[in-house]
Amino acid sequence: MKQFIYFIKKEFLHIFRDSKSLIILFGLPIIQIILFGFALTNEIKNVNFAVYDNSKSHASQRLINKINATDFFTLQEYITNPDKMEDALTSNRVKFVLVIDADFAQGMAQTEESKIQLLLDASDPNIATNIRAYINNIIADFAREEFPTSGEKELITAKMFYNPQVKSAYLFIPGLMAFILTLISAFMTSITLTREKELGNMEILLVSPLKPYQIIIGKVIPYAILSIVNIANILLLGKFVFGMPLNGSLLLLILESFLFLLNSLSLGILISSFTNSRQVAMMVALAGLLLPTMLLSGFIFPISNMPKVLQYFSQVIPATHFITILKGIMIKGIGISYLIKETTILALLTLLFIAISIKKFNVRLDK
Amino acid sequence: MSQLIKIENLIYAYGSKIAVDLPYLEVEEGDLFGLIGADGAGKTSLFRLIASLYKPKQGKITVFGQDTMKDYAKIRQFTGYMPGKFSLYEDLTIKENMNFFASVFETTVAENYSLIEEIYVMLKPFENRKAGKLSGGMKQKLALCSALIHKPKLLLLDEPTTGVDPASRQEFWEMLLKLQKRGITIIVSTPYLDEAQMCNKLALMHKSKIIAQGNTSDFITNFPKSLFHIKASKMRDLIHILRDFPHCHSAYSFGDAIHYQDKRNLTERVIQQELDAYLKKAGFSEVRIDKQIPSIEDAFIDYLHGQENDN
Amino acid sequence: MIIKVENLVKKFGNFTAVDRISFQVPRGEIFGFLGANGAGKTTAIKMLCGLSKPTSGSATIAGYDLVKEAEQVKLNIGYMSQKFSLYDDLTISENIDFYGGLYRLRGQELSKKKEAILQELGLRDQKRDLVKSLPLGWKQKLAFSVATIHEPKILFLDEPTSGVDPITRRKFWEIIIATANKGITIFITTHYLDEAEYCDRISIMVNGKIIALDSPANLKAQLNVDTTAQIFAQLTR
Repeated sequence: MKQFIYFIKKEFLHIFRDSKSLIILFGLPIIQIILFGFALTNEIKNVNFAVYDNSKSHASQRLINKINATDFFTLQEYITNPDKMEDALTSNRVKFVLVIDADFAQGMAQTEESKIQLLLDASDPNIATNIRAYINNIIADFAREEFPTSGEKELITAKMFYNPQVKSAYLFIPGLMAFILTLISAFMTSITLTREKELGNMEILLVSPLKPYQIIIGKVIPYAILSIVNIANILLLGKFVFGMPLNGSLLLLILESFLFLLNSLSLGILISSFTNSRQVAMMVALAGLLLPTMLLSGFIFPISNMPKVLQYFSQVIPATHFITILKGIMIKGIGISYLIKETTILALLTLLFIAISIKKFNVRLDK
Repeated sequence: MSQLIKIENLIYAYGSKIAVDLPYLEVEEGDLFGLIGADGAGKTSLFRLIASLYKPKQGKITVFGQDTMKDYAKIRQFTGYMPGKFSLYEDLTIKENMNFFASVFETTVAENYSLIEEIYVMLKPFENRKAGKLSGGMKQKLALCSALIHKPKLLLLDEPTTGVDPASRQEFWEMLLKLQKRGITIIVSTPYLDEAQMCNKLALMHKSKIIAQGNTSDFITNFPKSLFHIKASKMRDLIHILRDFPHCHSAYSFGDAIHYQDKRNLTERVIQQELDAYLKKAGFSEVRIDKQIPSIEDAFIDYLHGQENDN
Repeated sequence: MIIKVENLVKKFGNFTAVDRISFQVPRGEIFGFLGANGAGKTTAIKMLCGLSKPTSGSATIAGYDLVKEAEQVKLNIGYMSQKFSLYDDLTISENIDFYGGLYRLRGQELSKKKEAILQELGLRDQKRDLVKSLPLGWKQKLAFSVATIHEPKILFLDEPTSGVDPITRRKFWEIIIATANKGITIFITTHYLDEAEYCDRISIMVNGKIIALDSPANLKAQLNVDTTAQIFAQLTR
């Protein structure tokens, strides 16, 4: 046991002596949260808009007030001359112009035609799409309140693309947790294990009475601990900075996170078992783990939009299931009974990786 | 003296390339056994085979009567191994490295301090310096200390003095002799043949085979032909002129002289006189021809020379 | 004098790796540059080859100023280290082409040179073999030929004989001596002290300074010892 504690202590010494690994371990998660949280956000706040109101009715005024009353939009100006509409957009004073037809009030109640037009500055297509979605939602809401008899119908030609809230924190916190756990557990573990091989230390460790599993566990535990610290960090930042809800059980969340952690660690060990240099391990981990986790797990791109082949492929990426689990617990607040499938897949993948690693790990230097 | 390592019909290969081909070798308890050979001769592979880090393709190695294939765990308990490449942690200090390796072997530095004391006192002033910042000689001492930390009975040292300056090399061999006196069996490899003389047993390794093995003294007493130490004016031409001598077996430079062997089994006097006349006729002056007591290097050259002419 | 070094200094922060060394080497000499590890040998060689800039002092190599005419210096020197810079995954022929090209040999000139090397080493039939398939001794000879492909005036050899068997080592020295006889100056470092005997003159470096510089015979006489190993032991103690 003493042997083991020393081993772990030694590993921490390595970590704390190497400023580069420290940056990856602690700096990167924070930088990413900030990047995803603030810089890369698609969220809309305080977007200026103009109104060209041909109807000038009570109804149109109520609609305008309703839009202006949200956090998202601020009424910048009324336009009276249609020729000035484009000018408002090109001069960057506003992001969109709301055009209301003269027969707006009647039209809302009776005709099938849409009576509202949106002129959007689409130079940033993501934001334009989001604005359209928001406005559409507000108008639909408005229509239900004002004209309950009119039924559901298209009010603007646009369609809803996202869920009504479109809070990006909801999307990126679970994805980021999966990503960071993969990074620290799998990536760093594979590198730290191959480092021993590359620098020749493994030779001495193998010749010592240490059992191979002790070597592996001793190397892996420090990264497991650091990962747990990072999980806590992300959850706290998510909750208090970005207002991420936790509707389900915290305990379940933690247990599922541990399962994923174990999965990532075993993947890291697996990579290290067939690579002998840090560079190769890094390339394999980057191309084989981090990129798929980022691009194919539903973290950044929705899986349903992918070609069929990639959709199948995404099913063997552990992060896909972990993200589904996290979203389920945090946003939907569902319990384990709804997550059996994902949890089972994750557990099976973990067992598979551990089994291969054990089979591949060598008590010798050759095969 | 009992047998500590026994190797029979050993073959090891990387793919199709034979790295070690060794019909028989034994090392007895208490030996300071020197494994001599050039880079790529197969020394490191042989070390790794003995340390149970490699699996023989054929044949068997027993260490303390234990098979390196089946009972590697037992062998690893009482073997100290110092790989050719410096394999301690460069980002840890001397002290941290020592404590770590002690703990790996489930012991403490204090417990076995008597064994390493003499070496460790030289490192003590730098205890808190990182291993990566040490000179070659210091790294070598640290590596030796850590290989000794668990009081091994067998010490495997793969080229411990390569790249270390001559003064530190000398010091290192003195330490090995002391360890041998304490009853530790040592197998050490080196590319420096002057060091080989310190071992009591030697094996010369060349192109994956051991071309000669035995007691160090036997290498010298069994040297086949008389050897001459020749000096003359125009040293740079001397070697070529000697090789042109019809009865020349071999001529190689040795420091400031040429070591010469004759093909014929004549008395030393006759050869000396003939050579003297030959060289003077060829225009050399200050010719000095003395009998030379062979060194291990002479012996190795003699074996290699024989091999090259066979091919 | 093909190498003239005056008060050359190299400092790394507070640490003086090379401390005001001065010496001259005549054309065609074999100059042994000895010293313990960490004495500053490697740093000094790096400066003389134009790989590292001196902190102060001056040197002319083959008639060119080390600092101001570094480009010319590099064209007139050859360099070979213990690690041989050949590419294992290229063929013998490709290696020669690459290094020839590096030193601006083209077309006819290059192919003539290549033929000569292959002829000399007896590697004609193996020219399409990968370098990694060559035994160490051959690699060493090839590396030497490649380092001299541009007919440098000075050849820097940094521990060229490390790790080879005693016959290969001696044969290599025979090549070095033959090269020096052609008028190429050899500047060499080694860990085998018996090899110091083959040098015309040797310098011994301790703590960044050259503390002795003379022919091996003179140094032995001065210190009243029999071998170069003893010279070294006495001076570096």
